[in-house]
Amino acid sequence: MIPWLTIAIALPAVGAVVLWATPRGSAEAAKRIALGFSLGTLLVVAAMALRFDVSAAGRLQFEEVYPWIPYFGVHYAVGVDGVALALILMSAVLVPLVVLAAWNEHDDREDGGRAYLALVLVLEAMMVGVFAATDVFLFYVFFEAMLIPVYFMIGRYGRGGERSRAAVKFLLYSLAGGLIMLVAVIGVYVYGDTFLWTDLVADGSPLRAVSPEVARWLFLGFFIAFAIKAPMWPVHTWLPSAAGASRPGTAVLLVGVLDKVGTYGMLRYCLELFPGATSWFVWPVVGLSLVSIVYGAVLAIGQTDMMRLVAYTSVSHFGFITLGIFALTQEGQAGATLYMVNHGFATGALFLIVGFLIPRRGSALIADYGGVQKIAPKLAGTFLVVGLAGLALPGLAPFVSEFLVFVGVYEFNAVPAVLATAGVVLAALYILWMYQRTMTGPVPEKLSGLRDLSGREAWAISPLVALIIAFGVYPQPLLDVINPAVERTVDEDASEVGAVADGGAQEGDEE
Amino acid sequence: MIPLIPAEAVEPTLPGLTEAAPELDWWLFAPLLTVFAAGVLAVLFEAFVPNGRRRGLQLGLAVAALLATFVLLLVQMGTVPEEGALLAAGVLAVDRTVLFFQGTITVLALVSLMLIAERRHGRDAFAAQAATVPGSEEERAHIMAGSQHTEVYPLVLFAVLGMLMFPASNDFLTMFIALEVMSLPLYLMCGLARRRRLFSQEAAVKYFLLGAFASAFFLFGIAMVYGYAGSVNFADVRAAVESGGAAIFEGGDGEPLLLMGIGLVAVGLLFKVGAVPFHNWKPDVYQGAPTPITALMASCTLVAAFGALLRVFFVPFGGSADVWEPMLWTVAILTMVAAAVIAVTQRDVKRLLAYSSVVHAGFVLTAVVANSVEGLAGAMFYLAAYGFTTLGAFAVVTLVRTRDGGQELGDLDRWAGLGRRSPALAGSLGLFLLAFAGIPLTSGFIGKFAVFEAALAAGAAPLVVVGVLSSAVTAFFYVRIIVVMFFRDPEGEGPTVAPAGVLTGGVIALGVAATLLLGVLPGPLLENLLPATEPGSQPASVTVYQVTADIGTE
Repeated sequence: MIPWLTIAIALPAVGAVVLWATPRGSAEAAKRIALGFSLGTLLVVAAMALRFDVSAAGRLQFEEVYPWIPYFGVHYAVGVDGVALALILMSAVLVPLVVLAAWNEHDDREDGGRAYLALVLVLEAMMVGVFAATDVFLFYVFFEAMLIPVYFMIGRYGRGGERSRAAVKFLLYSLAGGLIMLVAVIGVYVYGDTFLWTDLVADGSPLRAVSPEVARWLFLGFFIAFAIKAPMWPVHTWLPSAAGASRPGTAVLLVGVLDKVGTYGMLRYCLELFPGATSWFVWPVVGLSLVSIVYGAVLAIGQTDMMRLVAYTSVSHFGFITLGIFALTQEGQAGATLYMVNHGFATGALFLIVGFLIPRRGSALIADYGGVQKIAPKLAGTFLVVGLAGLALPGLAPFVSEFLVFVGVYEFNAVPAVLATAGVVLAALYILWMYQRTMTGPVPEKLSGLRDLSGREAWAISPLVALIIAFGVYPQPLLDVINPAVERTVDEDASEVGAVADGGAQEGDEE
Repeated sequence: MIPLIPAEAVEPTLPGLTEAAPELDWWLFAPLLTVFAAGVLAVLFEAFVPNGRRRGLQLGLAVAALLATFVLLLVQMGTVPEEGALLAAGVLAVDRTVLFFQGTITVLALVSLMLIAERRHGRDAFAAQAATVPGSEEERAHIMAGSQHTEVYPLVLFAVLGMLMFPASNDFLTMFIALEVMSLPLYLMCGLARRRRLFSQEAAVKYFLLGAFASAFFLFGIAMVYGYAGSVNFADVRAAVESGGAAIFEGGDGEPLLLMGIGLVAVGLLFKVGAVPFHNWKPDVYQGAPTPITALMASCTLVAAFGALLRVFFVPFGGSADVWEPMLWTVAILTMVAAAVIAVTQRDVKRLLAYSSVVHAGFVLTAVVANSVEGLAGAMFYLAAYGFTTLGAFAVVTLVRTRDGGQELGDLDRWAGLGRRSPALAGSLGLFLLAFAGIPLTSGFIGKFAVFEAALAAGAAPLVVVGVLSSAVTAFFYVRIIVVMFFRDPEGEGPTVAPAGVLTGGVIALGVAATLLLGVLPGPLLENLLPATEPGSQPASVTVYQVTADIGTE
């Protein structure tokens, strides 16, 4: 049996070591090595996906379990179900494109971006690891350790004077959340006697027997960390500054993949480990999600910096994802998971295209642009398609997921579904208004020599555009993989919801 | 004189004193004897070996003695009986826990010795002639003549002897002697810095005065405990605590004596550990002392002090955990919160590391509060891991200078651009700082996990929450150093990095290796910390000394 997941984790890590070992002068070679390793990882992941048994997508596959620290019962345990597979695929697709898009970004540096690319590969190894981990401790290790490469990617290789402040803010927010989660992770071990996820969610696991109060505290420990990561209002404030100070490539990975760890964690850990506590927290989380949707959208409209604007749209989009997850319905969670994948592609593409625009004018401010459509039609056209994906136009991938989320939430309760539609309306406003201000109208003098998309840039973004259109027209393959995995979560939670509802009614009677 | 108590009641109960000379198990005694003999020999070297040849000889002797001690300890680790053994009429005890502490201290002392022995431009970190007035003509003459204080080596050996005895003591008086043997050489060495000598002397005086106070508290506490239990032997005290005091307190009304005793003894020990509110000496002393000595104190002294603290609370006072647990709860919370907050305002790298050491003492205290086997194992792992990391960090501090041949650059703001100037050095320090902050895949994370897991399993959830929150605060100032080193452009010339010699480079490499190894593969060490026991049971040394208590009272 081939250890697919271990290979997918090790390959980029080896690539990073090779990059560090290359001599200083060989910047061009370093770029090719980075691209080669990230494409190699994509091939491995794709080959693994082809062997994935879709009919059994609800259970973990490609499992590997080895003892790591027996003293604490820690295992190196990896495995994927449909949800994890989809997210790993998405990450593996994004990384080579980021490498390609960042090709000339660091030519002015001494090392020609060698260290930056090495950090990207380290991050890729950890991204695959964090989605594949089936041991809570291992998950935590990846969850925390992946902050360090991102911290350096923002602080050392970011844009603007505020970058080190933004990097510190990002790290401290994430660390604070992570440390709170550490208490919950230890709690899971103390009460559940194991770190293996499969054992923890099995029937008869001691974790199922803890008192509701303890379960709620543990749930909260995980949830706070994931909410910071996701990011959810009111702990989202690190994202706009971090994304604003990032190179576009960093922002793609930060928002496209890293933040998904938060929502993935909610689905995998909060919901499945603590079904009872989950149903207790449904309404508060739904409320926060609604605030995120509207708040993110409103603030996006007010932004003057394109990177920050896209970051705020993500706050809004993540609101939809958490809303779908905590609706606790099949459609809602399938939609949320699909949303995670589509958002990775759509927002990733949006960051990339903004990233192509920024060096052409040396500014990320919307006010510095105008009429780009007249001088760079290909760039503007791609911008429009990607932007429309961001507002979930039918026919493009995000529409399917947003629609599913709405169906799922409506099934759960009509009020939040109706309120959430505000986000859709506002989305049209922030995307189209940005397009209008930057791409149409008279051409400012300083933009007159603007080049259109180069071949390399087109190569970097066209796969994403193709995926957005393909999954917009035919999302079935993704849904086939995601649905069985989601069903498992919903079944567990649904049974718990019934139990708690009964209990709640009784408590109410007593009062 | 009117006898207040009948003569029979005050008859000495110290075992061995009234009988024939006690038998000594020379084999188990060998590690301590080795260090002691080497110390004495080193003093003789000082007296009879000509100045020029002393340094090499002293260094060789010290290294050989510590290596031999470590080998002896390793062999004993394999042969010592599971339930431990008593030495020298029951004043010392040896079991695997004690051997682990002693082994850790020996290894860390060896590594510190590498820093102590390092010389730059033919000069080490110590004053040419400590007895001269700073800035005087006489001092200059000594510097020009290349005088040196090779007395440092015997002093280190005696300090290490005290450290080895400290966690092995099995009665309060022996522990007090160990404390003094350990402390006195340290007081002296703190004042020996080559540069900023007045500052160094001030630190030494501060350390000495406060340390003397702490010792007095400790001694007074011993008197109280003796009054309560009628003995200073740990086994007897434990028996007395469990049966409600010595025979003269029939109604159990000796409780206040015990409480005062526990409190006063705790003050002495918590001072050595540097827990709030007894931490004030740490920043001043760490900053003023020669950096190699600071490294020795930050690693070895901390391990020894915690070894003693764990023994005192788990063994003689093990029966009154309900009394001291709330006290240590308070101290642990105060330590973690106050030190973390104060550390944020620090601008000097050595002061910052001092406050960081206080915070880490607080983390280890959470494991003491757990009062369980897991807590003991967690504390042991934490201390070993922290010792290596902190040695590495101080080794880096010795290399960053104001100019070539200048003094150490304490001001953190002027460290800007270090990452560009020497990426390897800054990268190592970055790793140490991430380990201090408890980032996974470093030893610091496993240590933190071990102590917090023990505390949570013992039901101290609030303590753990305070712990992780202050961890988040500490992360802020560790990360700030990384920001300064890597993200900021150097001001003007930027810091000068002295070339790392074999010795200092070796210390940093060892620190990096230990930090990564214990972070990625902590299994082998964790598995072998303690003899296999049921999780959640009483601390191992309690069961161990339960047995030795029987031996002692027979």
